[in-house]
Amino acid sequence: MHVPDGFFDAPTSVATGVVAAAGVGVALRKARAELDDRTAPMAGLVAAFVFAGQMINFPVGAGTSGHLLGGALAAVLVGPWTGALCVSVVLLVQALFMADGGLTALGTNITLMALVGAFVGYGVFRLVLAVLPKRLGSVPVAAALGALVSVPTAAAAFTLLFAIGGTADVATGKVLAAMVGWHLVIGIGEAVITGLVVSAVITSRPDLVHGARGVRGRRAPLLTEEVPA
Amino acid sequence: MGAGHGHRLHFHGHSAVHRAPAHLKILLLLAFVLAVVATPREWYPVFGGHLLLLLAVIVASRVPFRYLLPRMVLEVPFLVFAALIPFVAEGPRVAVPLPGGLELSLSESGLVAAWGLAVKGTLGVLASLTLAATTEPTEVLRGLQRLRMPELLVQIMGFMVRYLDVVSADLGRMITAMKSRGVDPRSPRQWPALARTLGALFVRSYERGERVHLAMLSRGYDGRLPDLDTPPRSSAATRSPWVHS
Repeated sequence: MHVPDGFFDAPTSVATGVVAAAGVGVALRKARAELDDRTAPMAGLVAAFVFAGQMINFPVGAGTSGHLLGGALAAVLVGPWTGALCVSVVLLVQALFMADGGLTALGTNITLMALVGAFVGYGVFRLVLAVLPKRLGSVPVAAALGALVSVPTAAAAFTLLFAIGGTADVATGKVLAAMVGWHLVIGIGEAVITGLVVSAVITSRPDLVHGARGVRGRRAPLLTEEVPA
Repeated sequence: MGAGHGHRLHFHGHSAVHRAPAHLKILLLLAFVLAVVATPREWYPVFGGHLLLLLAVIVASRVPFRYLLPRMVLEVPFLVFAALIPFVAEGPRVAVPLPGGLELSLSESGLVAAWGLAVKGTLGVLASLTLAATTEPTEVLRGLQRLRMPELLVQIMGFMVRYLDVVSADLGRMITAMKSRGVDPRSPRQWPALARTLGALFVRSYERGERVHLAMLSRGYDGRLPDLDTPPRSSAATRSPWVHS
């Protein structure tokens, strides 16, 4: 979903660029408040993890594959602000060092995948967690539902931008149906993997999962339990 | 740590394009792609001008086209999207005869839109590839620093670029271990194993970050990375030790 140059007109690109810059600016401050002088190495390493996770493809059907977007996963693992910051850094590095995603579309990409992806994912995660019993076992379920909602929501936000500043005369309803339908399928894959990954981290290091803070575990953290690689 | 990290797109050279200051190249790239995006797509000859300008820069950089062209596959999904637009777009339609007596009904405005997407996307990808091929990652980071990108953001990007190959290789070894035990990481049936792998990768990356931070502190880290201010060639031996810890 890395939008290339030319997909949106120049005003839309500049406007989303301003939104993205403001979002990243706030995320930098909030991450710094949380991580202090650990921010640079920790966020850098988590960003490298998100990038590596995005290399894993899963079949979506019709011979195509989707890959993990990771916004909701990062938000649950390290908190929404640090998560959004890490996904933004991934997109920056991909655009500037790997020519993946257009430079003029960077604002759009950050707004959709980092800001919408992380915050919608985290918002749904919190809502679901408030409903479910306060157990560690609820955290992966809530994370999966957050991921499930975040991906089609980002696709719907893409459609909204396309209706405002798109460069093709396609009926908005058609784009919406195609984008949301397609990303619902990707969202299911994203949800299952996100839930399983969060569950795996909770098994070995529940103290590292930001979204599991304040959730009482039935047992003390088992630091000795090794995750089979 | 091993050599060669973060250099996947860089094509070593000493041309004027390679030697130009990185912040200038980033600004020029941004101006170029903005100009391409802002050009009305019906101004067909102008895109020829854009392309000629870009080709002139590539020729001057002496990066071979057979190096750049295979790396443009990134763009293929969007070319597919662009190719679909004439079929679904609104407006008056034109009939395109196909061999075998069939006719294809395509939207006129959709064809123009598809052209616009394809040409702007392609120019953007080629221009970005040229920057990546002619500029070392550390140079790009220093350029961003000179362009007043927030210091902390530059540092985070620096750490990501530095540890990208370390973390990717970590994942690669785990995937190899999975495959050698008969697990196909692409099959949804093996997602639990894949997810445990990713979970372990997160824990390893996070703990590596903690170790790197402690190593930095023990070498006097005070919130700034001095290595980005000094030229990389002359300071290879004195490069800040914590980047390599």
